This record gives sequence, structure tokens and C-alpha cells, in this order.
Amino acid sequence: TPLTDTVPPQVVPGADPSARQLCFAWGPAEVLVCETLFGRAGSAGATARALTGSVAGTGDGAPSSSRVFVVRRDQDIYIHTLRKLFNESHGIFMGLQRSEEELAGKSRKAQLVQVSKNYRSVIRACMEDMHQAAVSTRDPALQGQYSTQVSILSAMELIWNLCEILFVEAATAGPLLLRLLDWVRLHVCDVDSMVREVLSSESPSKHKLFWNVVDVFVLQGRMDEARHLLSKEASANPASMNMYKILDDLMKKMPVPSLGNTQTLTELELKWQHWHEECQRYLQDGTFASNPHMESICKILLGDEDAILEKKELMTTWYHFLVTRLLYSHPTVKPMELRFYAQSSMDLFLGGESSPEPLDMILMAAFEFEMHQVIKECSIVLSNWWFVAHLTDLLDHCKLLQSHNLYFGSNMREFLLLEYASGLFSHHSLWQLGVDYLDHCPEFGRVYLELHIERIPLSTEQKALKVLRICEQRQMHEQVRSICKIMAMKALRNNRLGSALSWSIRAKDAAFATLISDRFLKDYCEKGCFSDLDLIDNLGPSMLLSDRLTFLGKYREFHRLYGEKRFAEAARLLLTLMTAHIAPCSFWMTLLTDALPLLEQKEVIFSAEQTYELMRCLEDLTAGNPDKQKFQDDDVETTKVEMLRLALARNLARVIVKEGTVEGS
Amino acid sequence: AMEDVSAKFVSQKISRTRWRPLPAAALQPPDLFATGSWDNEDNRISIWSAGDLGNAGLNGEYHGEPHLLCDIQHNGDVMDMQFLDQERIVVASSTGTVTIFRHHQNNQTLSADHQWAKAHYHVGQDTSCGGAACTGVVCNNPEIVTVGEDGRINLFRADQKDAVRTIDNADSSTLHAVTFLRTTEILTVNSIGQLKIWDLRQQRNEPSQIFSLAGDRVPLHCVDRHPNQQHIVATGGQDGMLSIWDIRQGTMPVSLLNAHEAEMWEVHFHPSDPDHLFTCSEDGSLWHWDTSTNVSEKPSFLHQGGRSTAYLSHSTMNQSVVSAWLSNDPTKDRMEITNLIPNQTLSVNSLDVLGPCLVYGTDAEAIYVNRQLFA
Repeated sequence: TPLTDTVPPQVVPGADPSARQLCFAWGPAEVLVCETLFGRAGSAGATARALTGSVAGTGDGAPSSSRVFVVRRDQDIYIHTLRKLFNESHGIFMGLQRSEEELAGKSRKAQLVQVSKNYRSVIRACMEDMHQAAVSTRDPALQGQYSTQVSILSAMELIWNLCEILFVEAATAGPLLLRLLDWVRLHVCDVDSMVREVLSSESPSKHKLFWNVVDVFVLQGRMDEARHLLSKEASANPASMNMYKILDDLMKKMPVPSLGNTQTLTELELKWQHWHEECQRYLQDGTFASNPHMESICKILLGDEDAILEKKELMTTWYHFLVTRLLYSHPTVKPMELRFYAQSSMDLFLGGESSPEPLDMILMAAFEFEMHQVIKECSIVLSNWWFVAHLTDLLDHCKLLQSHNLYFGSNMREFLLLEYASGLFSHHSLWQLGVDYLDHCPEFGRVYLELHIERIPLSTEQKALKVLRICEQRQMHEQVRSICKIMAMKALRNNRLGSALSWSIRAKDAAFATLISDRFLKDYCEKGCFSDLDLIDNLGPSMLLSDRLTFLGKYREFHRLYGEKRFAEAARLLLTLMTAHIAPCSFWMTLLTDALPLLEQKEVIFSAEQTYELMRCLEDLTAGNPDKQKFQDDDVETTKVEMLRLALARNLARVIVKEGTVEGS
Repeated sequence: AMEDVSAKFVSQKISRTRWRPLPAAALQPPDLFATGSWDNEDNRISIWSAGDLGNAGLNGEYHGEPHLLCDIQHNGDVMDMQFLDQERIVVASSTGTVTIFRHHQNNQTLSADHQWAKAHYHVGQDTSCGGAACTGVVCNNPEIVTVGEDGRINLFRADQKDAVRTIDNADSSTLHAVTFLRTTEILTVNSIGQLKIWDLRQQRNEPSQIFSLAGDRVPLHCVDRHPNQQHIVATGGQDGMLSIWDIRQGTMPVSLLNAHEAEMWEVHFHPSDPDHLFTCSEDGSLWHWDTSTNVSEKPSFLHQGGRSTAYLSHSTMNQSVVSAWLSNDPTKDRMEITNLIPNQTLSVNSLDVLGPCLVYGTDAEAIYVNRQLFA
């Protein structure tokens, strides 16, 4: 956890440090907590602290046996319905990393705001899916889970949206209020059903909740909708037509900040002051005295805190109250003034009856422009790293976090991305996403990737190829070698020499290629024929990877030439294999034996010089071989040597005659 | 155009996408496709409806994302998949098993119809008999041919319990893909850059012809044959290179075309308009190779089901197509290539084209349907 100072300790359920001493080992994304054989003797209190996560799997509960707990640090990674969030946001993240800062000023800001909106729309889409799932399932437990997820996602979106307004867009006085109004309208949905019910009723103005809905509209600054509803009531009450007209006029005339640069803040403040005084006049002269609903609306327009607070249940949250209050008393509020209004709004709204919840604290920190506090609180409260990692990365791209360095590791952005990516790597399928996140962690990303990538199980060649591609693209030679070696070993165990060889060729692993070549040669010596000719005949330039592989390829070429009755070429190649020391000494006997049928051909093939060389090879082998004993003891070998000597001598005789004749004629 | 593409995140990495074949007389574009997943703890075969047909506008544009009709659990990664007919799909598994699934359209369910357990396997030193991944499958109802990491070729018949023919150790390296050349001949590609022709009538366990890449023997991952000109074959390799082969002559490819930066996982000629070819890759791109640029008259794809019409209208064009694919420098001559997915980062593992429709699936756990390929 990035900010450990105030993180409450979390207990691993089922692990009891008072009964057994616990030990633990950190993994890349998980912690193993084990019960040891030792009883509890030392001081109590050494609990597995600061682990956000839960027990993912436990051993059996038998008291005598030690249990192992797998504690995962990112719980939400395993929620199936969130995979859409992880995958889609990965695309946005990558887009953001690519969009480097060639754009300046306004267009760069617009780009960043768009990225932020894209992230939010992914959260919302995920929320809708989750909501659908909750509605369509019949399993109450599952339904509960889905509903919990919906509310968590909804809170994440609420926080993100506020951060977008305050930090990413950095809305200034004027537009700031409009943005906050949108924010409230988007997120306070508790009253939506009531609004729908009234609007769809036959005659809304007769509905018992009519005035509630008008109030909702006024509190959210939705003036046009409020006036539309009021006009219906007015036409039903011709007697009080005048009163309605005045209120309608006030609502219509209310000056609001504009998004364009059409008016200055001073102009707005002036107009607003004017309008405010007008409202004040009507309230004081009792224009609305006969209708308490309209009177209360007029008070709201005047920013009367008590009047607004009376509608507490229509606002449901303190931050709605804050925005309504700003709308009617401080429409040109500056970003830096927000903290005072926010704090007092929360105090007034909660009124000491209830204490603020974590979400309230996070929003408050945002209103106070304490970005790090927002991230810290979110890290503690949320059971995933997704939110903080992506939000922090976005804020970092807005150049808002530069000053903040951690006292350990790299900066906060990288720290959180590393945590999130590690969670992805611990997942059976999502590991591919993790790679791209680590790529964008300049300090430790590479090391993390090296450690994680080696731990991915290589179930098929196809998967191995994908992992290999990741490593090759990043010049991770060590990992490339290790993956190819694993695959080559697997192939070897399965008696797939051809596959094994192509894996070691890919890794340029000469030692392993030699090992496999020896297996081929051994097989040949035992069976008298080559397996996997299709491969050996097609080695191409890769033949040069190891001496033994070269020999294997050349030796096979000899057989092919022999098979095609190209004896002279075959003989020359055979001799070269020995004289140029391409063939290992252990194989010379086999080569010399292969020479026998050539020596026995009707036609003379080896020249005198070649025959001498063959003789020298044979003598080197029998004389120079430290296992001289072996030749003497082994009858078969002795016979072979004798046969060879005889054949060589006969060939020499024939060739002398032939060469003599040719020269003589 | 991008707005014609609908996407859906499906929470599983997609290894294969396949359109259900159209009945002979169909006039509509395809509406159903199947997907298979890989690298999930729980892999699935799923049948999707491509979009809401009810919303089809007058101009033939469609709205709505693909929606799931039914799915079924599959043991192991789905390595390859092919429709046998309108209702049956043959699936190759990383466990070596080959399964025929049946799609019951009346109640939208899937069931396993027939299974050849461990059709591909290793006979190892210490392991007695472990399954080996079945990497490719091709069907020509009722015949089914499969290839695998074990270098084995199996010939099955959908209605027979045992393999009709098995060639053990047909290839010493991994066979990556297979397709029919003619009814009795198949083409395979392997991990040492070879393309082989096998004549299944012959009892010899040897290929009748071997073609191979020069130089570095880059592994080949996919193969497809020109639907009308059977001697033209396209393959895709580990380096992303598209190779065009003329199997009537030579042992090396006629042309090598470079577009992808990593493994090419699939290559498909358009079945009814083969001057278009589609390839997808580990690098996250999907290329459309178009050799028809000089042809002024565009064929009508909506009527491609009416085979004779389509064929006739193409017959004049085929001359130029042949020369285009086999010309020594197609890029210079008349090839236009377009990447259909800008900014994608994760692998596009599979694609399928039929009529005016394209479907593809990615490691980013999304499936995409483009219903107006040639608009």
C-alpha cells in the first residue's frame, strides 16, 4: 500500500497468530501466509498487516495441520464482469500514453478531458451491464454481489467526474458552477423515479408529489423544466395567474454563467446582484405569501440556507446541498473558495447526526484540492488498484503530480501502475494487459516484466509464441532463451526431436542444438535410418548454429548423395567430414564403415591420395584412441577394422593400376 | 467506414471467429457466427447473432451490437474451429481432442455431438500418452482433417467413430494449419517454413510435394487457397509476411508481401470475390489486400448467394486477378492495402469473411462485426 502510515491493519480471516506463529512470503502479486509448527510464545500483535485483499484459498481446517493462505492484493481483478472494464480501459490508457504532448494549451486540455470522459463512459457501461446482470439473475446472493458492485462503480464514477472537473479540466469561476451542476444532475438519481411518476401522470399538477418535483428541478437549477411544470399549474389556477407570472419571470431572468466568453464575471455579478434584489423585493412585499410552495421557491432563489435545507430529503447528499447553495448565493465561486463552502455544507447537512463516510471524505479532499489525499483514501477504501492507477496516470499526464516523490521506489504514478499490473499478471487470462502497463513504468517496469513473464505457464506452443513475441520485442534475451529452452525440453520429453531442434534454433542455443543433434545421431546409429528427414534436409543457414548440427546436416547430405548414386561427391564429402574435423571422433568409425560400400563399388571412387587419407584416419582412430583396449576386446570392432584395412588396401591396389593406366595411355 | 463496425467486449480472449455458412439459395448476408476462447480458466464455444436484423434500414445498414444466443463449456483452449454444415461446428482443442458441437436452433442450445478424445497425442519418454494440441482443422462435409503439435494428420468422417486414416509423424515439426487443396488433397504448413501437399488417396505416408521458404525458414502459421484458381495459395508467417505460392511451379513463393510486424494468425481469400484477401496478426492489425483497383465494375455482394451470377460476373475479372496475385511485384502493380484497425494494441487472433461481412476477435476480449466491408 503506497501510504502505509494510516492504513488500518487487515486481518487474514482464519489465520490466528495467537495460536500459531505465522510466516509469510511475498510474491509478485500475492502473499503466502503459512502457519508454522511453532506455538505462540513471543509477544502478540504481529499480525499480517496492511494487506488489502482476502483469503483466496485455504487448506483444510484440521487443527493439527498447518494451513497456507493465499492473500491477494487486488481482489477485483477476479471479478468476471469487470474484465470488460480492464480491457476497454487498457485501450484508453494506451491511447493516452501514445498521445504525447505535441498538442499545446487548450487542445491538449481538451484531449485530456476527452480521455477522462472515455474512462468514465467505460465505468458507466460496466455499471449498466452489472445492473442488467443484477436484474436478470434469480440467485439472491449473486444479485447482492452485483448490486454491491454497481454501487462501488457508481461511487468510482462520481469521484472520477469530480476530479475531472476540478483537476483535469480545472474549470474556472463561472463554468465551474455549470460543471458542478451537471455533476449533481448526473449522479443524484434517487429522485428520478419520482420525477418520472409525476411527469407521466395524467395531470401532473394534481399529483401529490407535484411540488416536490418542482423543487427538485429548482434545486438542481433545471429552470426550464421547473417553469414548464409551473405553467401547467398556472393554467389550472387562473386566479393566481399573476403570482405565477412573476415567479416565472424571476426564474427566466436568473443570470447564469456562460461557457463562452460572451460576458465577464463582473458583468455577471452585476446582473446577478440586480436580479437578487428583485427577488428580495417580491419576497418582502409578500407577493407569494398566499402560496407557501412558491414562497419557499422564492427563498431558495435567494439562497436562503434554511429554506434549502428544508428540502434535505430531495437533495439526499451534502454535495447536492453544496452545489445548490453555490448556485443561489455564490454563482461565481472560484475553485480555491470551494473548500470553505464544502466544509460548511457538509457540517450543516449532516448536522452532527451522522458522521461522514469514506466517500464523503474523498469528495471533501477533492473539494480541498488535496489530490494525494484523494488517491490515498481511494487506495484504502476500494478493493482494486484499477481506479487509483488510471486516475493517477491521468493526473500525471495533466502535469499535476510532478512535485510529489515517494520516499521509496519511483513516483506515485509508477508505483500504482506496478501494483495494478502485478494484479493483472496474477490472473489466468489478463496477463497480456499487464505487459503494456509495465512498458510505461520507466523505472521498474522492465524488472517487473522480467520477473512476471517467466512465471506464465506455457500450456501450448501458441501461447509460448505469444510470450516469446513479447520478450523479443523488448530485447529480453535471457527470457527468450529460457522460454525456448523450456519448450525444447518439453518437445524432447515428448520425443519430438524436430520441434525441439527448431526451438533451440530460435533461441540460438548452440549447446542444446548439439544435445539434440547427438540424439538424432544416436537414433541413426541404433536404427540405421534417419528420423525427421524433412527437418534435417531443410536446416538451411541454421545448420551453422552448432558444430554438431553442421555435422548432422552434412552427414545427411552424404546419405542423400549416396542415395542419388553421386558416389564421387559422396566420397569427397565423407572424407572432408573427417579431415576437416567436422565429425566428432566418436563417429569416425561409423563414417569409415559408410566408406566400405564405396570402396567395394565396381568402379574406383577414392583416388590414391584419398585412400591414403582414409587409411590415416583409420590408423589415427585405432592408434590415437585412448580406448584402444576397446578395439582389441571387441570382436565386432576388430573385424570391422580388419575389413576396412583389407578394403582400403584393395582399393589402393586398384587405384594405382587405374591411375597408372590412365597416365600411361 | 468505422461507424459500420460494432464491437462487443465479451470477457474472454477470442481465438476463433467463424460465420455460419449460408444455405445455397440464401440472399441475405450472414447473420450468425461462432466464437471460441483461449487461455481462460473456463473456455467456451459461443453462438452470436451478428446484430439486430429488425433494425435493418432500407439501405441495408444495421445497428446494434452482436448478442449471445447460446454457449457451451469447452475443455482446453479452442485452437481452431470450422463449420461442418449449417448446424455443426468442429472444434480443435489444446488437449488434443476434436469435438463436433451441434447448434440446436429451435431452442438455442449447444451440445457435443461427437468427440474424438486425444486425436492428437505425444508418446513421451516418461509420460505414457499425453494429449498434444490440435492446431488446425478443416472440413469438407463429411470429411474432417486435423493437424497438431504432434506432427500427426488425422482424417475423420463425421459419421464414423474411428479415424479413417492417420499419418503418424507426418511432420517432424509442429503443423500449424491445414486446408483442402482439392477433395482428396490437403495443404499443411509447419514451424520450419514448409508448405506441403498430401494426397490422401495414396497410402504412402509422405507428402507428394514440399515447398519451402528460402533463407531463415520462418515458421508458417496459416494457409488459404484461392477459391477459384486452385494453384494460388496464400500463407502467413511468424514474421508477419504474406507469401503467395503458385503450386504449379517452383518450390518457393512467387511473392513475399510485408505488412504485419508480428505473427500472422489467419489469412483468408474472400470466398466469392477472391481479389480481396484479409489477414490478421499478433501486432493487432487486420489488413485488407485489394487487387481489384483497376476493375471499374464492383460486384454486388448482397447477391453472392446466387452463385452462378457471382461467378459469371467475375469471370472476366479473373484474368486480371490471376496476374495480380502472381505478378512479381504486386505492390507496384495494382494492390491496395488498408489496415482496418488503427490503434489496436493486442493481437487479432482470428477473422472470417463472408459476403459483405467481416467478423474478428482479439486478445483484448472483444469481437467486432463489420457488415459493410465494401461500402
